[in-house]
Amino acid sequence: MVIKQQAQAGTFESSDMLVLVEPVSEGTGRIIELHSPVMIQFGKSIKEEIINVLDEYEIKDVRLICNDKGALSATISARVETAIRRALMIQDGVLPSK
Amino acid sequence: MKNVLGRDIPEYIEGIGKLEPFQGAWTKLKEGWMNEPPVAIATKAKLPHENKLYKTLEEAIIKTNPVNGMTVSFHHHLREGDDVIVNCISILAKLGIKNMTLASSSLTTAHDGLVPYLQDGTITRIYSSGIREKLGKAISKGVLDIPVIIQSHGGRARAIRTGKIKIDLAIIAAASADCEGNATGTDGKSAFGSIGYSMVDVEYAKQVIVVTDNLVDYPCIPISIPQNYVDYVVKVDSIGDPSKIASGTTRITKSPMDLRIARLAADVIEHSGFFVNNFSFQVGAGGATLAVAKFIREKMIKKNITGSFMLGGITSYCVDMLNENLFKALFDVQSFDAAVSSSLLNNKRHIEVSSTLYANPFNCGCLTNKLDIVVLGVLEIDVDFNVNVITSSEGYITGASGGHSDTASGAKLAVAVCPSFRGRIPIIKKNVNTVVTPGESIDVLVTERGICVNPKNKELETRLRKAGLNIRDIHDLEKEVDGITGVPEKIQFTDKIVGIVEYRDGTIIDVIRQVKE
Amino acid sequence: MKKHKRRTALYIPGHNPAMVQQGGVYGADMVLLDLEDSVALSEKDAARILVRNMIKAINFYNTEVTVRINHIDTPFGITDLEYIVPVKPEAIRLPKIETKDDVIRVIEMIEKIEKKHGIPSGNIKIHPMIETAIGVQNVFEIAGAHPCIDAITIGGQDLTADMGIVKTKDNAGLDYARKAIVMAAKANRIDALDSVFADVNDDEGLRIETEYAKKIGFTGKAVINPRQIDIIHDVFNPTDEEIRVAIKIVKAFNENIAKGIGVFALDGKMIDAPVVTRAQHVLNLTDIDINEM
Repeated sequence: MVIKQQAQAGTFESSDMLVLVEPVSEGTGRIIELHSPVMIQFGKSIKEEIINVLDEYEIKDVRLICNDKGALSATISARVETAIRRALMIQDGVLPSK
Repeated sequence: MKNVLGRDIPEYIEGIGKLEPFQGAWTKLKEGWMNEPPVAIATKAKLPHENKLYKTLEEAIIKTNPVNGMTVSFHHHLREGDDVIVNCISILAKLGIKNMTLASSSLTTAHDGLVPYLQDGTITRIYSSGIREKLGKAISKGVLDIPVIIQSHGGRARAIRTGKIKIDLAIIAAASADCEGNATGTDGKSAFGSIGYSMVDVEYAKQVIVVTDNLVDYPCIPISIPQNYVDYVVKVDSIGDPSKIASGTTRITKSPMDLRIARLAADVIEHSGFFVNNFSFQVGAGGATLAVAKFIREKMIKKNITGSFMLGGITSYCVDMLNENLFKALFDVQSFDAAVSSSLLNNKRHIEVSSTLYANPFNCGCLTNKLDIVVLGVLEIDVDFNVNVITSSEGYITGASGGHSDTASGAKLAVAVCPSFRGRIPIIKKNVNTVVTPGESIDVLVTERGICVNPKNKELETRLRKAGLNIRDIHDLEKEVDGITGVPEKIQFTDKIVGIVEYRDGTIIDVIRQVKE
Repeated sequence: MKKHKRRTALYIPGHNPAMVQQGGVYGADMVLLDLEDSVALSEKDAARILVRNMIKAINFYNTEVTVRINHIDTPFGITDLEYIVPVKPEAIRLPKIETKDDVIRVIEMIEKIEKKHGIPSGNIKIHPMIETAIGVQNVFEIAGAHPCIDAITIGGQDLTADMGIVKTKDNAGLDYARKAIVMAAKANRIDALDSVFADVNDDEGLRIETEYAKKIGFTGKAVINPRQIDIIHDVFNPTDEEIRVAIKIVKAFNENIAKGIGVFALDGKMIDAPVVTRAQHVLNLTDIDINEM
């Protein structure tokens, strides 16, 4: 699927992750920028969790800026999925857009 | 060589000497005496009516004839508001002194300014109970050639007495002092309460300077540090920031997690069999370790139980309990907030104690020997109940040994409290980064997901299970935490040793290695 | 499966991961993962994805996992069900239920979703919230609308708003509604849950309100801060004396019924069916299994 617009999900609060999704030109691939206080211990895991969601939605080209504050994997995948769905404009059960 | 916990301890370190490996909390102490001979107390003579007062710290320091390689000692009763240590080191550096050993009872966030002096060789060795923030990180990254020595409060007293720490100059910040050097922390604009950590320094230091921002008419009352130990007295404008020295009344935390853990810990204490009339008690200064006092207080009132004494770092919550006659006395080695200073000043049942009376194991019985129940925080704890309070999960020096191993060893019931993980980092691990308190000293671990009893306490475990508490095997809890957070990648260390952790008896319980960048 | 105690129901905003992941540690009997009023309209999608993931991944221990969805007539409610039903929460709390029909519609939707995912129906309990005057008037029918309904609750704030009155500390304006809801619950033999006490710093006020709630028949109370849990448990828990007496009664009853005797004397008092039921109810609030004694 192709990212159509910029979108974000999550917050800066402790145990959360703020995810910013940006569209990039076709063929750019997946650019993942991750900032996390637990980079050494969990950087690899977090990247894997992010990639799993990208795989699930078959996203080939995207830029993700992730600001982690010690989120657990359930939260990471939730925030990435929410941001991706918003960026794909396929959110369901939301207020109708203006 | 390996010590009894299986930690690798070198036999010899250049600049420190031969190391003795830790062999158990009581192995050396049960012999009944201290093997190392004590050193002589400083001997001096002064003619009557000599002037000790000097206008500036610099003048007084020059008078003491500082030399390269000297050991200078301080206390950390001014906590985050301290202005004295960095100031004195910079004076000594300006005088061209190099290769100093800094022996402070601890170092706080107020001492980040010391980093340049480590980088340029002004300070080459450090004895401290704790080191934080930038200073701790710099040391962990290997700025010093000789490892720092981390000591407990009781261990530092022992080290001074045996001359392991040979203090050339002790600089004592006081909230009030008179022209002869009688000094106290209990009164004055920068009041900080007990000056307990300095009492052993002044006995053994070759020279002593008292520095105060409140010079009072003779005599300074109370006499916490007596004049017969003091060479010089200096008045300065300010010894530190009062708002950071002794903040307002310590409030019980409102964090639901801390309160939950504290409530569970209080339940453990209530059903432990040790919650009886005349029990003695020590708690921490904040978070869950202090909040336990609130729940214990409620239980004491409900069950009509009075305690005998509270010990340690004293907060205004302890003072309230003393005033309510829930305890007969407070033994205060460090006072944590402004309300405590005035209690120490005015209430004869609030007693100032030295670190040696508090926790030095080599005498006829320090106060921790009489302690019934202590509540302790942890940075990490492992499945053998070994506790780390000195290095972070990233491996940086960030905390303090303090009275942790002292109180845990003496207490009949040592209760460690912590959340099972903090911000995705597990606190319960298979192995901690650094051992400060050995597992044999910890009786129970209380977390929000379960209570783990040290297997050596079969009777305690039965009692707690019978009371309906959520008792779990620590291995199961550790596995569960791994499942919640995921298993973290290991921190990488180099072979270089940047710190050694001394147990209270002088043996080495663990070493701290340089974090690999 | 042992029936859940329902003395406390801890509200947790569904968009707050720090709070949701710790939902099970506070000892509340129920946790209410909220997708409705505590979640901003722009975050409804984020909250339901987060709650769905959390229910799958987080261990809530013995706490009954409940989700408060949005009303199905909002743009959010049906999607809430589509995300949440497949992860099988133990109960779903429905806001602003006014008629029996409201509830039946939701239950039918749930059954449809369960069928789609191959999940057996009838396991998710339904807890309607009465938050309007019409709802109060229809509460008996609502409470008995379906066997999956095993608790009913009052939404105090919204109800006073609907009634156009001010919510006072003594809750006088809500008194009839609370009692009507309790009566409907009792008539249908289900739990009745009281609404939150908003002032988290007023322990004494919380205790007084909870004692009144217990007196008029509520079996539990909603909570907005974990520190309220201990006080509410204290009020709803039987005293040691009450437990002692209950054990005695139930034991004596078991002995007598084995001999074919239904009514008997104990300590000079007549013990008949209602007394035994009350005693058994006391034991249900504890963890005591009379057969193990």
